[in-house]
Amino acid sequence: MLLALSSDQELFTETTAKLLDELVPVGELRRLREDPVGFDRRYWSRGAELGWTSLLVDEDHGGGSIGEHGLIDLTLVAYEFGRHAAPGPLAVVNVVAATLSETGHGDAGVIDGLVSGAMLATWCLGEPVPGDRLGSLALDIALDGGEVVLNGTKRPVESAAVADHLLVTGRTGEGLTQVLVPAGASGVSVSPMESVDMSRRFSVVSFEDVRLPATSVVGEIGSADAQVARQLEWALAVTCAESVGAMQTAFDMTVEWAFDRYSFGRPLASYQELKHRFADMKTWLEAGHAISDAATRAAAEGSAGAAELLSTAKAFIGDYGSELLQDCVQIHGGIGVTFEHDLHLYLRRHTLDRALFGTPADHRQRLCDIVEAQEEVA
Amino acid sequence: MSADLESLEDFRARARDFIRANLRAADPDQMVGPLRNERTDEEELAAVARERQVQRMLFDAGLAGICFPKEYGGQGLTRDHQRTLNQELAGYEYPSRLQAPTFSPCAAVLLDFGTEEQKQAHIPAILRGEEIWMQFLSEPSGGSDVAAALTSAVKDGEEWVLNGSKIWTTGAWWSDWGLCLARTNWDVPKHRGLTVFILPIRQAGLDVHRIEMLNGSKEFCQEFLTDVRVPDSDRVGDVDDGWTVGTRWMFHERMLTNSALVTIPAGMSHGGGTRAMTAVARDAGRLDDPYVRDLVGEARMLEMVDRHLRRRVGEGIATGAMADQSAAIGRLFVGTATARIRSIDFEIAGAAGAAWTADDGELAFAGQDFLMRQVSCIGGGTTEMARNVISERVLGMPRERSQDKDVAFRDVPRSATTRS
Repeated sequence: MLLALSSDQELFTETTAKLLDELVPVGELRRLREDPVGFDRRYWSRGAELGWTSLLVDEDHGGGSIGEHGLIDLTLVAYEFGRHAAPGPLAVVNVVAATLSETGHGDAGVIDGLVSGAMLATWCLGEPVPGDRLGSLALDIALDGGEVVLNGTKRPVESAAVADHLLVTGRTGEGLTQVLVPAGASGVSVSPMESVDMSRRFSVVSFEDVRLPATSVVGEIGSADAQVARQLEWALAVTCAESVGAMQTAFDMTVEWAFDRYSFGRPLASYQELKHRFADMKTWLEAGHAISDAATRAAAEGSAGAAELLSTAKAFIGDYGSELLQDCVQIHGGIGVTFEHDLHLYLRRHTLDRALFGTPADHRQRLCDIVEAQEEVA
Repeated sequence: MSADLESLEDFRARARDFIRANLRAADPDQMVGPLRNERTDEEELAAVARERQVQRMLFDAGLAGICFPKEYGGQGLTRDHQRTLNQELAGYEYPSRLQAPTFSPCAAVLLDFGTEEQKQAHIPAILRGEEIWMQFLSEPSGGSDVAAALTSAVKDGEEWVLNGSKIWTTGAWWSDWGLCLARTNWDVPKHRGLTVFILPIRQAGLDVHRIEMLNGSKEFCQEFLTDVRVPDSDRVGDVDDGWTVGTRWMFHERMLTNSALVTIPAGMSHGGGTRAMTAVARDAGRLDDPYVRDLVGEARMLEMVDRHLRRRVGEGIATGAMADQSAAIGRLFVGTATARIRSIDFEIAGAAGAAWTADDGELAFAGQDFLMRQVSCIGGGTTEMARNVISERVLGMPRERSQDKDVAFRDVPRSATTRS
């Protein structure tokens, strides 16, 4: 995370960390394994009171940031989520709240509900194979008189089973369209999936001739491409920061283990083979912090290089973070692959985040596209 | 920060005006390849002369030594000003050969430990492009174990007499001054018998031998010192306290381009750069191959992460949020990332990386650069040493056991034979 926080940001981060320590210690995370929702609504409301869901929302809609940029503040929360493997649909609730606020979507009650934590919403972006690659969207949104009609399937959709509203991104001809769908709308069906994470829940959501008034459209029909790109930026910033948080905790745990664990009469930390691996991991960890922070700032400032930095961050943190986490497991030995040890909580969180909003390979392809586009301009 | 510092906006405008009016566009070849054997000696000397000239122009324009103190001819400005200059220099020529090791670590060590006379004599001259410095640090007897230096300095009146050999100086054959670590006491443990000196490279008794690298490059040199006499006034730091200087010296070395004393145009990396990579892919006709696109994406990723990691570590050390020893983190990353980029280049080039014709464009270099791949993990302190520093000095893990701790250096076991 950032080397220098403002005093307000520092307080905000500490308060968030304290709340997570109090409400979702590892014992609670273990209990949530069996919970169909994955988190307690009172926990979510307490976080919302701190500002977890209002940072990207305009002040006129009840939001506001701590520092200069709400997105940077939000990644401070996300980092703590990663450090604690905390439950709750942080990325998608914020994406929906921010999108409704930014596009001036009619129903102010939804934004209020999301900001207060009383309501939940999720973003339906990904689609089934072979359309699961980043940027390939097929869900059909047709205009029929004064109504829009949705047909298609989305997966994985986070917390869809408990969401009050679904922000659905689909296609109207060549352009993208987004619709805010009430969870109870006729033709919407939600079926739960299994996930690698302990507390994050995902569903397959199907839309079969889901008919809604055209007022449900968020932004303009067929021209939501720029808005969707922004949403993806927010989601990537949150996901990367959270991944780095998980890397940090796993690394800290493993360093401690290396000092405490003795083999052949000496601590693991005294073996050069292991010391050198820790040096590599420390380097990847600092690099993860550096690129996550830089990408978030670029996205927050709306700079032209944001997409390149975010794809760099997602690709790097995904790949090198997995190496770091798996090496933490390796250095722990057998205990590292048990349920009893806490290491897997952070391995799970990083593993989940690695696959959401584009895999490292997806983002490397995107980087190559960007390199080519830059060369055409130059 | 004092209020009368030039604002970043004013500085940027001034730098931009100067650069656009006076500097040439960057030579694209300057950005690619590790120590390629492309230039004749005449061309290399011409390039060095041009860089001295550019440095002098920057000096006259008040754009040299941005973070050097004013009393030694610098500008006394901040890291942010240096970064601004770096941004404005993007795409333009700059005195690349004068940055490392002249500005850092050599000038940095002089600023830290030099006498007032030494600083007045050399720092302004360095900033004017009149003195190019080399590190006389590594020796043929051992690269990483620099405190085991065998080059000796013996006091003779008000002078010291130096004998021995130094190695891995890049471009010593066209350089002016050396910062030299020598042994002044053989009867104490190795770290306590060292002293640092400065000496002119072009003098009787100092032979510069150019080493041919495996790719034909002859930029690396070895120096042989035979009864080289150095006045005591050219000693840096106290007698036998050279390791205090040396520790700081190596910190500056690991900072590489993180150092605020070094100018490097924004967007330039140590390696070939993705621009060269797409050129390789295009020349190979493979830019549409998804696997090649994945590799290009990976290379760009490594470049971007390197840039931002360097910035994080540089700022962290400058603000005290990170220990000085964290410089090794940046050093380790750039070494391994650059080596990976070399491998990617070679992979994309296919067979043409190994056997090429004059028509093969960028492909012709991929194989030769691959042969030299490990340079990025060796030069400037090996990545293994960086890993030791990170684990021991940053993470606080136990030090490696050594056989030379409390023994007089003359009794420490040494290799039976060394390259002479």
